[in-house]
Amino acid sequence: MKKWRELVAERIFFLSALATCSITVVILGFMVFMALPLMREGGFFPLLLKPWSPFQGSFGIYPMIVGTGAISLLSLMFAFPLSLGCSFLIATIAPKPVSRSFRRVIELMTGIPTVIYGFVGIFLLVPIIRELFQQGSGLCILTAALVLGIMITPTMTLFFCDSFDRIPRSYLDAAEALGASPTQKLLYVILPSAKKGMLNGVILAMGRAVGDTLIALMLAGNAIRVPESVLEPARTLTAHIALVIAADYESPEFRSIFTCGVVLYLFTMAITLLVRSAGFAEGRKP
Amino acid sequence: MKRFTLVQLLSVISLLLALCSPAFSDSLDPFKGEKGVLKISGGTAHIPVMKEAAQRIMTLNPAIQITIAGGGSGVGIKQVGEGLVDIGNSGRKATDEEIDRYQLKLYQWAIDGVAPVVNPQNQVKALTKNQLLDIFSGKLDNWKNLGGIDRKINVYTRDEASGTREVFWDKGLKKGQITTGAHVVASNGAMKSAIGQDPYGIGYVSIGHIDETVAPVALDGIVPTTETVVKGTYPVARGLYSNTKGEPVGLTKKFIDFLYTADGKKIIEKHGFIPAQ
Repeated sequence: MKKWRELVAERIFFLSALATCSITVVILGFMVFMALPLMREGGFFPLLLKPWSPFQGSFGIYPMIVGTGAISLLSLMFAFPLSLGCSFLIATIAPKPVSRSFRRVIELMTGIPTVIYGFVGIFLLVPIIRELFQQGSGLCILTAALVLGIMITPTMTLFFCDSFDRIPRSYLDAAEALGASPTQKLLYVILPSAKKGMLNGVILAMGRAVGDTLIALMLAGNAIRVPESVLEPARTLTAHIALVIAADYESPEFRSIFTCGVVLYLFTMAITLLVRSAGFAEGRKP
Repeated sequence: MKRFTLVQLLSVISLLLALCSPAFSDSLDPFKGEKGVLKISGGTAHIPVMKEAAQRIMTLNPAIQITIAGGGSGVGIKQVGEGLVDIGNSGRKATDEEIDRYQLKLYQWAIDGVAPVVNPQNQVKALTKNQLLDIFSGKLDNWKNLGGIDRKINVYTRDEASGTREVFWDKGLKKGQITTGAHVVASNGAMKSAIGQDPYGIGYVSIGHIDETVAPVALDGIVPTTETVVKGTYPVARGLYSNTKGEPVGLTKKFIDFLYTADGKKIIEKHGFIPAQ
């Protein structure tokens, strides 16, 4: 009797796992299928390199690819040191009660909806950036990346903390016994052994940064020119999809956003694979 | 004393009910007892008004189903002509050839004006048409050249599907180019808050959206307001049309008639358009 039940449970779990996996693949297939007409007309790669000017019949998404890359990488650059510092403080330096409450606050931060960050960005950060640099409108790559960086920091910090916690106590005790300072402990013990977990955190945070729509839509300015500096407005792929989706279904504009979807999908997948494989290669070394 | 206030409250409520409820039921009365499906497509600028009108009608009478699709003015005229929908909306007057071919009946129920706007702090509140063209094409890129402060002009525009953008581009910019460096916002509301925030920005909104947070820019000496649009002196305006194939009957006629009632006009005004007389 018990075995029969177990079998059913196993099957159910297997099916749900299968459904989740296949949905991911089906979505990619669907997007490729929908983007096919336009891809056939102009080819896939020219579409990636052309500018966006629908009235001249050009539906390239090159400026958006640049925008997405610039904003997400820059936000990662802001978020990584911030998260590293936070997690190190929580995991090792701060006394127990302080680190506990600190951690609660950060857990709370992960739950804040992105639109709130967007609002705060518009009313606080945009005027500051505009007047600080005396240039442009304040709606630019830098603003979006800063806010995005703050948004992904909690996720990254929690991941870092978890991987720090998983380090065997004996490693730390050994380092302490050898007379290592906290900094030395961080550099030579904690960081090397927590690398894999940290990598996961970075990937997840990067995924959030690339996939976030609202912050870029509200703060990056959405211009379709390829940006030349971080103080210029730019459009991300996600914001582009959000802006074009209002076009009518039969128009080539609408078709082209499926190409955006495919690119976005491949973009995150490539990053994940790249970072993972780098991590594994590192892990195999003796 | 307490009893007295309760009586007062009740009498106020009943007075309000007496005042308000007939006004609603009057305009919506013809829809009572109706049932069926009404299909609407075409102009995207019309959609907010269509949606609210449809919502009111369907709330009153759930037996009526109204579907609203976009597609643009061309699609609206084509689909209603071919009998695919009951009402085809267009943001332009159908051409004589189209009216002839499809036996279209045109109902213009609103006028939509689109005005260039700047931040209220901006000194520049009047431009010539050529200056406007040069600003939006990116040729003129500093407020200094227009008598303002020495800062770059931040141009704001709307997405490609926007009806507001189409009117402004067509009549305000004479189909001139809009610089690729322009900021793009997704709605009239977003445009208003962007310009309200940015002292160096210029954009355009439907005239109904103008309030104290943004300042309209006079074009060739004419300040865009509801009045100048009605008079016809401010040029960046157009009619909003609903077209039917032949004389409308049944639900279609009732829906179009509703747009001309007091409640219909209120909805039209609420969404920033000027109801047709």
